[in-house]
Amino acid sequence: MGKEANNESSVISLKGVNKWYGDFQALKDINLEIHSKEKIVICGPSGSGKSTLIRCLNRLEAHQEGQIHVTGIELHETMKDIDIVRQDIGMVFQSFNLFPHLTVLENCMAGPNWVRGIDENEAKERAMSMLNQVKIPEQADKYPEQLSGGQQQRVAIARSLCMQPKVMLFDEPTSALDPEMVSEVLDTMVELAKSGMTMICVTHEMGFAKQVADRIIFMDEGEIVEENTPEEFFNNPQNNRTKTFLNQILS
Amino acid sequence: MFVDTVVEDKALHKPVFLIGLSVTVLAFFFAFNFTNTIFGEFLSPVIGNPEESGLFGRFVVSFVLSVIFVLNLLAISFARLKVQILIVWFELFLLFLAFAYSFDLKLSFIQSRIGLMISKGLFTTIYISAVSIVIATAIAIVGAIAKLSNNGFAYAIASFYTSLFRGLPLLLQVYLIYKGLPQLGFMVDAIPSGIAALSLCYGAYMTEIFRAGIQSIPKGQWEASRALGFKSGLILRKIILPQSIPIIVPPTGNQFIAMLKDSSLVSVLGIWELMYLAKTLGQRDFRHMEMLITAAMIYWGLTIILEMIQARIERKYQQKT
Repeated sequence: MGKEANNESSVISLKGVNKWYGDFQALKDINLEIHSKEKIVICGPSGSGKSTLIRCLNRLEAHQEGQIHVTGIELHETMKDIDIVRQDIGMVFQSFNLFPHLTVLENCMAGPNWVRGIDENEAKERAMSMLNQVKIPEQADKYPEQLSGGQQQRVAIARSLCMQPKVMLFDEPTSALDPEMVSEVLDTMVELAKSGMTMICVTHEMGFAKQVADRIIFMDEGEIVEENTPEEFFNNPQNNRTKTFLNQILS
Repeated sequence: MFVDTVVEDKALHKPVFLIGLSVTVLAFFFAFNFTNTIFGEFLSPVIGNPEESGLFGRFVVSFVLSVIFVLNLLAISFARLKVQILIVWFELFLLFLAFAYSFDLKLSFIQSRIGLMISKGLFTTIYISAVSIVIATAIAIVGAIAKLSNNGFAYAIASFYTSLFRGLPLLLQVYLIYKGLPQLGFMVDAIPSGIAALSLCYGAYMTEIFRAGIQSIPKGQWEASRALGFKSGLILRKIILPQSIPIIVPPTGNQFIAMLKDSSLVSVLGIWELMYLAKTLGQRDFRHMEMLITAAMIYWGLTIILEMIQARIERKYQQKT
């Protein structure tokens, strides 16, 4: 089993992962292999454990049973180098979580400069190029609260990219946005997908899922119910719970 | 309070309220009998000798006083808000001065002593307060982090400390440190023990302020920092503390103002600060009120200056975030 976990092409691997909040079991026997450059979309009704699952991948949440390997390192309670693992795993949150006391540019420079030890000029250069990539270089000197929700989320993506991560996690990145701002964030994510980034996205945006996902994972009540390619998932869902969910979300 | 866009009628401009107020004020002045004061003397052409004027004189004096009072209120009510505030402040200040003046103060006595009170007393008070607030702030940062940590020792020590020093009267702490430490073999001077007592006491209060400030930062800030690979020390220093400063500043300013006045408690150690000098300088000549009122004015002036500094700092942080 250990050998499989360190399989070179698998960036993230979960084996028999269980998680409880008190008596409530949030994750039930999750097994998952994610390979380099893969794009995974996780969907499911609210409370199905999809956010919990993605937050376990950089150990913002702890799992109680099973193994999670990320870039070959096992995540567990007494590990010493969690911050090293986290530096390689970018994360984008539903509520953006930008640092309000720092400018957009400083938000993007913080990680490389403070954690990776890259000097200020280079960090600034990198930040500007990432802000270019998400198409808001002109906002660099503003504070987050001066930006729209869509712009803030794009800054959050740029901030993660500045760390040059191996994997990007997206935890419902468009759920807190006004409808007209969803597409600008999704466009950014589509471009990122084209560049070959390994991405794991919790989202209800089924158009995005069809367009970029290699695999769609459907979760319900803490377990992976169905796992398939977008074509199969949408055209030929196997499980009844998947069918019900698709009916609700696509109607 | 947040102002509504619709203005209510001024209470003062409603007849019922105005009559009710007038009657109440008249009753007040009548009850407290101002006949034998400067007002009675002033009205002596009407009521004759104030001391023999009886109920009639008492009524005339209180009637005139209440008319002046109500007319004054009415006049002010027509002014703009800022003018209103200025006039009311000014009138209340005049009343305070009249109160102080009624003690038959000897201004030359104040003049001869005020130099020493400022050069020695005010200086010592500011010195003790400033040093104490710096030490208390340092204690508070460490205490708050300890109280929020998962380390059992740190939490236990910090919570024991805040419980003890918030639980004892400051005056008692001053005595315990000044008289207790020498019995253990540590000789401490009065000023260091005063500073120690103030720092420890206010450090305990400010620990709670800092803890609440740190806790009020949303947990998303911690998660975003952790997701970038920040270690906890870095998160505190660069992300959490800078954001909690605007929340911490107003209550800390209040603590500083409170400490400035509580520094008067160290006068029991014979330190020549404002309170001690106020008590002792007037003693020999039985001129207590002169010195006490002078000290009061100095304390008050100081806190006004501190309040203005505090307001300025608050404004600065409001602009930034």
